[in-house]
Amino acid sequence: MLQTSASPHVPPVVPGTQAILSISDLHSAYGQSEVLHGIDLYVAPGEIVAVMGRNGMGKSTLMKTLMGIVPTKSGTITVDGTDVTALKSHARVAKGLAYVPQGRMIFSTMTVQENIETGLTVTGSRKVPQDLYTMFPVLLEMKGRRGGNLSGGQQQQLAIARALASNPKVLLLDEPTEGIQPSIIREMGRTLKKIRDERGLSIVVSEQVLSFAMDVADRVLVIENGSIVHESLRADIDEAQVARFLSV
Amino acid sequence: MFGDYSLADLSSIFVMQGFAGLILFSVYVLMALGLAIIFGQMGVINMAHGEFMILGAYVTYLCSTFFQTYLPSLFGAYFFVAMALAFLASGAMGMLVEWALIRHLYKRPLDTLLATWGLSLILQQAYRTIFGPREVGVELPSWMMGSIPVTDSIEVQINGLFVIAVTTVITLGVAVLMYRSRFGAQIRAVMGNRPMAGAVGIDTEKVDRTTFGLGCGIAGIAGSAFTMIGSTGPTSGQLYIVDTFLIVVFGGAASLLGTIASAFSISQTQSTLEFFLSGSMAKVLTLLAVVGILMLRPQGLFTLKVRR
Repeated sequence: MLQTSASPHVPPVVPGTQAILSISDLHSAYGQSEVLHGIDLYVAPGEIVAVMGRNGMGKSTLMKTLMGIVPTKSGTITVDGTDVTALKSHARVAKGLAYVPQGRMIFSTMTVQENIETGLTVTGSRKVPQDLYTMFPVLLEMKGRRGGNLSGGQQQQLAIARALASNPKVLLLDEPTEGIQPSIIREMGRTLKKIRDERGLSIVVSEQVLSFAMDVADRVLVIENGSIVHESLRADIDEAQVARFLSV
Repeated sequence: MFGDYSLADLSSIFVMQGFAGLILFSVYVLMALGLAIIFGQMGVINMAHGEFMILGAYVTYLCSTFFQTYLPSLFGAYFFVAMALAFLASGAMGMLVEWALIRHLYKRPLDTLLATWGLSLILQQAYRTIFGPREVGVELPSWMMGSIPVTDSIEVQINGLFVIAVTTVITLGVAVLMYRSRFGAQIRAVMGNRPMAGAVGIDTEKVDRTTFGLGCGIAGIAGSAFTMIGSTGPTSGQLYIVDTFLIVVFGGAASLLGTIASAFSISQTQSTLEFFLSGSMAKVLTLLAVVGILMLRPQGLFTLKVRR
């Protein structure tokens, strides 16, 4: 294993800007078996960060720990200045985190519209904002369909729309390209950048597909065995080196 | 078995037993609605559901005694007050039980079964200690007594019509709540995927508690209606719990419409067969039919067709 991020190649945040999401020395465990061994991560407002790594290296665990689905053992998670480490999932959503899980996890027996409405819970509003349907016109077409009967790509759009409905400051996406056909993956990259530009939110996306990460991310991290082992800005990324981390 | 009756008699018998079946159907639906929410949606096997119903019945009994003693002039309206109180009492106890017991056991369904069975024994003994082992009956207001003659040989009971009306209103209310309200959508989201519901911003603990309370509260209303067709004793709830589970499983666990259809078919079969055969034989035949159908359709009568 290479050195850990004790001396990262890039300063975590551009000096002078406040991190929208900051994670320091985050440890988390399933029962007694620790999976994340002290993750440090700072995300600037409007930044897209890709977390890369092979299967079982802790990408999904990181996402779930940030969301409060896997308990935090030690360390702190701060969203826009507020410490959310001790909060339950739903309270973290109210503080500005939103989550698109691996496998999308839409509510399959509920209609598309009802699925999006569940995301409105913390905002207190009742009506699905029009701009969500503008961004994903296919969801407007299908709004009376049951979520479980949508195709994989449509479900992915639904899961993103559901997450955006809570007006997040930071959007977490866990392997959004998994099980999606290549043409739609490219489209999704464009959509993510559009979301960032229109709403000014930050995005943390976990990925195994390097080309997708290169396409969307401003900064790429590599996670291995629960620690961050490589970090570089997209501009000066050494693709071959990152690819070595991902090859089996 | 039909030989001793004339054709006119037979048709009257079928209509009258059909009506008796409708009353039984109403109580079953009320019981099963609460259980369909708790078992069908939350996946919690609540063996104490019958005792929540009997709590409602005892509240109704207390209410009728109170009105008889202190407010005889308003006695005609006591049943509405009793139903509201029964809902509140059973619902409040349901929320307490969820908080104290059930929420710790969501990931251990078999332990829930044992814990709620223990709870049902505790409640039965509590009823026995508080209200005595003898069954109590409820005095009906005069406007609910008697029956309306439809033809020479067919009569329908007024309290039966009342129970049916109450059931219709409650069922429609639950359907609207579950499928048209934001709270219903939250319940369905939590039941669909609890961790994910939390991750979209739904307070799952609050939803669980309210849902359990709602299911128990509806059982309390069922208990209130139950006082009109049977007398209330500490163990009366146990007689109904098996039938109620049968209805929920037979109907398809997550479907309200299935619950209603299954309650209807089971209560009608039961009621019609009971007239011609003994009660236990009627039960045996009903159970056999249900077992047979469930072997062919293990998912129950109604299911939602979605990819999962």
